[in-house]
Amino acid sequence: MTLYSILFYILALVILASTAVAITRRDMVHAVIYLVVSFFGSALLFYLMGAPLLAALEIIIYAGAIMVLFLFIVMMIRVQPSIDSLLSRSQLVPAVATPSMLGQYFFQQHWVTVEIASLLLLVALVGAMIIGGSPTSGSPPEAEEES
Amino acid sequence: MTVSFDHVLVLAGALFIMGIVCVVVSRNLIMMLLGLEIMLNAASIALVGSALKWHHVEGQAIALFIMAVAATEVSIGLAMIVGFYRRVDSVDPQALEEPIEITNNKFQISNE
Repeated sequence: MTLYSILFYILALVILASTAVAITRRDMVHAVIYLVVSFFGSALLFYLMGAPLLAALEIIIYAGAIMVLFLFIVMMIRVQPSIDSLLSRSQLVPAVATPSMLGQYFFQQHWVTVEIASLLLLVALVGAMIIGGSPTSGSPPEAEEES
Repeated sequence: MTVSFDHVLVLAGALFIMGIVCVVVSRNLIMMLLGLEIMLNAASIALVGSALKWHHVEGQAIALFIMAVAATEVSIGLAMIVGFYRRVDSVDPQALEEPIEITNNKFQISNE
């Protein structure tokens, strides 16, 4: 049992336990907070498995953007004021790919896919604005056409 | 790598099964979307583990695209849930069945 494997099993336990607690909560705010813990654990696991860029993006996108969006919708749909604490740990290991290596590989080998992903995100932005926009925002163009 | 690849796959599989259970069991659209997020996270853990095993960057690149797809899916899905909530005033997927029954009753009453 090296330090690496001990850390791996600790992180795996944290991820599995927090996810198991999250999917059994009735309160959605508690579930989202436990999932934030699970995603922080996943980010540290990515860092442990040699992907520092993915670890940073996991915290920024999953724990930062997606979970905050979930919290925002949960608060908007039903008011349930309750907050828990977070959990974090870190350890230095050699990486499979440094962030600059992964970025160069990414934009040299997969640049078409990067463009497609950016188009996908743009479509998601426009689609979310159309679907989630207020019903009155769609009527002015029709009114202009009628008049 | 001292941890065997099988254990990484066991972790990812357990997370994926938890996501499936969350999607199937819960009667709440937001919890079902959270289950989808858990499943996507499990897939990216398996991909990063495989990138570590074969020392190739390809798995990490695919995991990055999974994150883009997850962000897209959650923004569209939450917008649709907000639209659903505005129309039905609930986030229970079975709530859509009630207005249909009510309109059927009204139709029967008007026929009588």
